[in-house]
Amino acid sequence: MVFRKRRLALASVAAAAATALVAGCASGTGGSSSGASGDTLTLWTHNAGNSAELDVVKKIIKDFNESQDTYTVELQSFPQADYNNSVVAAASARKLPCLLDVDGPNVANWAWGGYLAPIDVTGSEVPVEDQLASTVGTYKDQLYSFGFYDVSLAFFARKSVLDEHGIRIPTMDKPWTRSEFDTALAELKKSGEFDYPLEMGTGGSGEWWPYAYSPQLQSFGGDLIDRNGYKAASGILDGKESVEWGNWFRSLVTKGYMAKKSGADPNKDFLAGKSAIQWDGSWNAAKNAGKLGDDLAIIPPVDFGNGPKIGGSSWQWAMSSTCSNKDGAQEWLKFSRQTKYFVDYAQATSTIPATDAAAQQIADYQPGGMFEELVQFAREYATVRPVTPAYPYISTEFQKAAQDILAGADPEDALGQAAKNIDNNLKTNNNYAG
Amino acid sequence: MTTRTAAPERLRPVRRTRTTNTRRRESLTALGMATPAVVLLIVFLVVPVALAFALAFTDARLISPTPARFVGLRNFTRLFEDPVFYKSLRNTAYFAAVVVPLQAGLALVLALLVNAKVRGVNFFRTVYFLPVVTSMVVVSLLWTFLYRKDGLVNHVISTLTLGHFQGPDWLGDPATAMPAIILMSVWQGVGFHMIIWLAGLQTIPAELYEAAEIDGATPWHRFCHVTWPGLRATRTFVLVTITIAAFSLFTQIRVMTQGGPLDSTTTVVYQAVRTGYDQQQTAYAAAISLIFFVLVLTVSLVQRFLTREKD
Repeated sequence: MVFRKRRLALASVAAAAATALVAGCASGTGGSSSGASGDTLTLWTHNAGNSAELDVVKKIIKDFNESQDTYTVELQSFPQADYNNSVVAAASARKLPCLLDVDGPNVANWAWGGYLAPIDVTGSEVPVEDQLASTVGTYKDQLYSFGFYDVSLAFFARKSVLDEHGIRIPTMDKPWTRSEFDTALAELKKSGEFDYPLEMGTGGSGEWWPYAYSPQLQSFGGDLIDRNGYKAASGILDGKESVEWGNWFRSLVTKGYMAKKSGADPNKDFLAGKSAIQWDGSWNAAKNAGKLGDDLAIIPPVDFGNGPKIGGSSWQWAMSSTCSNKDGAQEWLKFSRQTKYFVDYAQATSTIPATDAAAQQIADYQPGGMFEELVQFAREYATVRPVTPAYPYISTEFQKAAQDILAGADPEDALGQAAKNIDNNLKTNNNYAG
Repeated sequence: MTTRTAAPERLRPVRRTRTTNTRRRESLTALGMATPAVVLLIVFLVVPVALAFALAFTDARLISPTPARFVGLRNFTRLFEDPVFYKSLRNTAYFAAVVVPLQAGLALVLALLVNAKVRGVNFFRTVYFLPVVTSMVVVSLLWTFLYRKDGLVNHVISTLTLGHFQGPDWLGDPATAMPAIILMSVWQGVGFHMIIWLAGLQTIPAELYEAAEIDGATPWHRFCHVTWPGLRATRTFVLVTITIAAFSLFTQIRVMTQGGPLDSTTTVVYQAVRTGYDQQQTAYAAAISLIFFVLVLTVSLVQRFLTREKD
């Protein structure tokens, strides 16, 4: 009898322990708000290891904390490679911080998924209307995020090399056409001076692929998805124009113009003279100018038929939907919207300031400045990646298709399969309604 | 004082049920010792497996504002229409089919070599075992550089052939990508199984060898009739562990090729991770994992059956 009772007691202890364990797990998902304890707010950024940008964030936080007595913002930085996963994991556990940064193309996905809350920054020093369109994140007509800067894609080359081979240096009024570009590459290849005349960073990974190459696809007249309602990729991503882009993209490798997989540091290879023309982000403009001086040519993207195109949108700031102190978070966001911080960001990271007012305070970006063209590129050519919650999926599919095309897949098949997969994904998600 | 007198009184009945009591205390101790392991197993193995089973029949996503709904076999029908899934299955089978005999055989050869009683044998044991203790991510990164078109491997090939032969872009060519990964994986893993074989070799009594030698057996005969039968249990263990490890090929792929070029190196686990995390399709990834689970279970059961004690 005693024995049986003991066993019962033991079993109940075990059961209680198990329940506690399960409850412990559950409480992680059960809490509905976090990210702030009282008036102390946590802020997450992807900038660990990128001290230039991180210092600006720290400065804004310090200024904000000193400017008033109510709120304190605390910083936590993550390495970029792990950042998105950390956010997704924290969101599943409902443990997101109040403030976080988000890569522009992901805003729609995170807003749809309920991670982000709409923000209201009216009354801040810089009005949202003053910003470059690509630096503002909206979804379903609501403002979810804003960034301080954008980046631009451009071709970099040496003027001396282009002159030597009789290649015209294009301007925004008269960019290269497809045939002109192909002729230039053929000419450079023929000279034998370069292993590969063109360097487009094909050794890169992740978001670089859609960021760098989908604008070219768009310039051919194709796109990643039908932007009218975002309900189908078939007929667009595998349409005639897109396939033509695929054939051209593939031909760069078959004709020996471009490496199937470029080296670990494409910019270094370009500066070392291994390649003649580099397709790269504006973040390397200052470095290139420092090395090449006046010889550096900043060249607008090629017009493949539908005008020159570059990708738009970079990292932006947002507020989580689970934030327990939304007033404080909005205060910080509003506070940060001062022209001086736009200037700080652009100077620290060699990026394009998001407002004209800031651009005017930076010599290089002023009208007539060394990098004024890059600002113009961002203004004239930037096409944001499709603003749909399906974007992260589209991005992976496009990346795979483009990589397969370079590896020798038939462009029609590769793009067709990608379009089919995207359609399937849209269908099983009810077109991301709700 | 009272306790002193009372104590023997109370001890007596206890002494009578000593065996039950000891046993009870023993089982309590056992339970206490097993608890941490059992809890960990439940949390990190049983629960995820159960979840994968359940999720595979829903439309759960990593990011979604709507709760998961039951969708029946939709994930599976979609999976069986997915050309990449068949390539993953084929690549996984290919990898296992080559790696299992190659790695097990090579490990045995190495074990026999380092089992010899010569000077400096510990040095070689260490050398062969070093790659095992190095993180697979580090090894993969390192070999990615070695395998580059202008990497060390091709330099060596070029030098050895006096420049007559140029090596391929190992990881960039669909024909060589998987063999390159196989070579590297075998190099990395062979030391571990060498140690297992070595442990097995040392369980074989020395008298058997002496007896065989007295009977005039050649080294080959000694291997066939003493060593090989003596390694029975070790053989099964090595076979099962290599097979399971080979099926779960992932890290190398993630770091070195991301499944490319042209899906020539994608594997079932890689596809599950890519689908589940990069593409946020939790339920679909759960379906892939479920198939993978069934697959590994089947192969393990077949192996257990084939290597069972026949007497």
